Amino acid sequence: MYDYSDFDAAFVAERNRQFRAQVERRLDGGLTEEEFKPLRLMNGLYLQLHAYMLRVAIPYGTLNPGQMRQLAHIAERWDKGYGHFTTRQNIQFNWPKLRDVPDILDALAEVQMHAIQTSGNTIRNVTADHFAGAAADEVADPRPVAELIRQWSTDHPEFQFLPRKFKIAVTGAEADRAVIRAHDIGLQIVERDGARGVRVIVGGGLGRTPMIGKVIRDFLPEAELLPYLEAIVSVWNQAGRRDNKFKARIKITVHELGLDEIRDRVEARFAERRALFTGVDRALFDEIRAAFAPPAFRDAPTDAFDAARAADPVFRSWADTNLAAHRAPGYAIVQVSLKAHGATPGDASARQMRVLADLAEQHGHGELRISHEQNVILPHVHKADLPRVHAALKAAGLATANIGLVSDIIACPGMDYCSLATARSIPIAQAIAKRFDALKLEHDIGEMKIKISGCINACGHHHVGHIGILGLDRAGVENYQITLGGDHTETAALGERTGPGFSADEIVPAIERLVHAYLDHRDGPGETFLQTYRRLGMAPFKAALYEEPQAHAAQ
Amino acid sequence: MPRAFTPKVVTANDLREGDVVYLTADDRWSRRLEEAELISDEAHAQLRLLLAQGQPQTVVGAYLADAREGPDGPEPVHFREEFRRTGPSNHFHGKQAEPGNV
Repeated sequence: MYDYSDFDAAFVAERNRQFRAQVERRLDGGLTEEEFKPLRLMNGLYLQLHAYMLRVAIPYGTLNPGQMRQLAHIAERWDKGYGHFTTRQNIQFNWPKLRDVPDILDALAEVQMHAIQTSGNTIRNVTADHFAGAAADEVADPRPVAELIRQWSTDHPEFQFLPRKFKIAVTGAEADRAVIRAHDIGLQIVERDGARGVRVIVGGGLGRTPMIGKVIRDFLPEAELLPYLEAIVSVWNQAGRRDNKFKARIKITVHELGLDEIRDRVEARFAERRALFTGVDRALFDEIRAAFAPPAFRDAPTDAFDAARAADPVFRSWADTNLAAHRAPGYAIVQVSLKAHGATPGDASARQMRVLADLAEQHGHGELRISHEQNVILPHVHKADLPRVHAALKAAGLATANIGLVSDIIACPGMDYCSLATARSIPIAQAIAKRFDALKLEHDIGEMKIKISGCINACGHHHVGHIGILGLDRAGVENYQITLGGDHTETAALGERTGPGFSADEIVPAIERLVHAYLDHRDGPGETFLQTYRRLGMAPFKAALYEEPQAHAAQ
Repeated sequence: MPRAFTPKVVTANDLREGDVVYLTADDRWSRRLEEAELISDEAHAQLRLLLAQGQPQTVVGAYLADAREGPDGPEPVHFREEFRRTGPSNHFHGKQAEPGNV
C-alpha cells in the first residue's frame, strides 16, 4: 500500500495544528460562526440535525487493517461506537463534540488519514472501483491514478475556491463499478495498440439536474493526465456559474456551452499547461505505481472451499451471492454486506470494523475496500480460507448473502441525520429489506439496485437505481417519488419518474407491487429487472403502481 | 395579504455539543422542547430571535420553528422538528436516549 512521506505527514500535522487553534478561537469568541464555518468545512466538519458530523476520506476506498482499527477506536472513544460508510467511499462519524474533533484528526493522522477536502468547493476525495487490483476484467489498477490525482488536488492553490464541489472517479475496467458517468470527471484506464491511456468523461452528475457524463477525450496518453485534468478544472473554474449555486457544477457548464466548445477551451488551456509540467508528475506516478504492486498471491488447492460449498447450504448461498471473480487463480473477491436485513445501510460497529481488520490481516493480504454501495470488500482472499472467513463474518453479523439483491440498498443518511434532507431514507431501506426477507423472494428476484435519497441532492444515487426512491416534503408530510430504469454502470441511464409519489406507509407496498410486476412479466429468471424494464417500458410497472389500489378502493 | 403569524419557538444547535436546544421564557437554553417559550406574537418572536442570534458563543444557527401548544408544553408542527426533538429513527441515540426523556 502507498505510504505517505514525511513531507505529507508534516503538511497534515500543520493543518491539524491550525484547526485546533481555530476551534479554540471559536470557543473563546475569537471567531464568529460565519468565520469558522468555512474553516471547519475545509476539515470535513459539518453541523447536522442532532450533532456535528465528521466526514473522513478513505482515498479510493482503500484501507489497511491498522486504519480500520483506528476508525473503530475513534468510533468508541469519541462517538457512539459505530461509523457510517458513504456512497463516496468516506466514513462519517455522526456524534463528535466540537472540542474533541482536533484530537480525532490527530488520531487519524497517526494512520495517514485526514478529512481535508471532504467538504467545501474543492476537489473531493477521489473514488475508484472497489475491486481495484483484484478484478478479473481489469486493464490496470486505477488506484495509482487516483493517488496521483489526490496528491495533485490536495491543497492545489488554484482549486481551493471552485464554483462548487468537484468529484472525480476512476476505473480500470470496462465494467463500471465506480459510477464514473455520474461524476464531474470520470476516468477509465484503457489500452490502445499496446499503449495505456485514459478515456476522459466530463459533466456527469446527479442532484437537482442529473446528467450522464460525455466523453471529452476518448484516449488521453497516461503521461498527459494531470495537465489535461488541470485544464478541465481551470476552464470550469473560470466559466462555471458562480452567480447561481444550482447551476455552478461543471455538468451545467458543459450543457450550456456545449461539449465541442468546452473541448476547444480545454485543449487550448491544455497546450499552455502541458508546458508547465516538467515531468515531476510522471516520476511521481512511477513511484506511486510501484507502491501498488500486487501482493504475492499464493498457489494452493481450493478443496476446503469446494467441500464447504458442497456441504453447507448457508455457505453456498453466501459464496454464490457475495463473491466476485478474482484475477489470480484460486482467489476470490469477498463482498461483505453491511446490509443485514433491517440494519442501516453502511453502518458498521467498532466490533465489526475490528473483525474486518483481523480478517484482512489473516486472510486478505492486509487490504480492505469500501464500496460506493456502502459495503466492505476483502479484495484478495484465497478460496481455501473462505470457510473460515465466512464463519468469522457470520459471528459478527456480517455474512448476509444479499450483494446485488433487492435488500442491498444504497441509502443516504436522510432526515435521520442530515440537515439538508427533506425526508428520511434509512427507515425506508430497512422496511424494504425486511419485507423482501420475509417474502423469501430476493434470490428469485435476482439482480436489483434500489437506491434511496432523502433530498434532490441525490447522495443516495436514486437517479441511477434500477428502482430509485426520492424522499420529499409534500405539504409537511414525507412523500416518496419512484424512478425506474436507472443504471450506474457503463450502460449508464437516468431513471424515469413513474408519477405521483407515495407516503411513507405506502412506499414499501408500492415497491412490492413493482417487483411482482417484474416477476409476472419477465422472460424467465435469466432476465433482470432492468432488462425487463428496457424491453417493456414503463407501462406494466405504472399499471402495477397506480391501477391496483384504485381498483381496491372502488370495491 | 400577509399570512397570519403561527406560534413559534426559538431553536438552535449548541456550539459545543452540537445538539438541539430551545430558548426558554427565562432566557435559558433547554434541551427539551416542552420547556421552550411558545411565542404567539410576531414582533416578540423577532426580539427573541435577535436575543438568540446575539449568543454566538453558546448556540449556532438560531431560527424560529413552528410549534403548537400541547398538554406538556410546545409540540412540533413539522416532522423535521419532531425528529430534532427526538433523535434518529435507526439508532436509539440523541434526545430520546437522554435521561428524563421518554
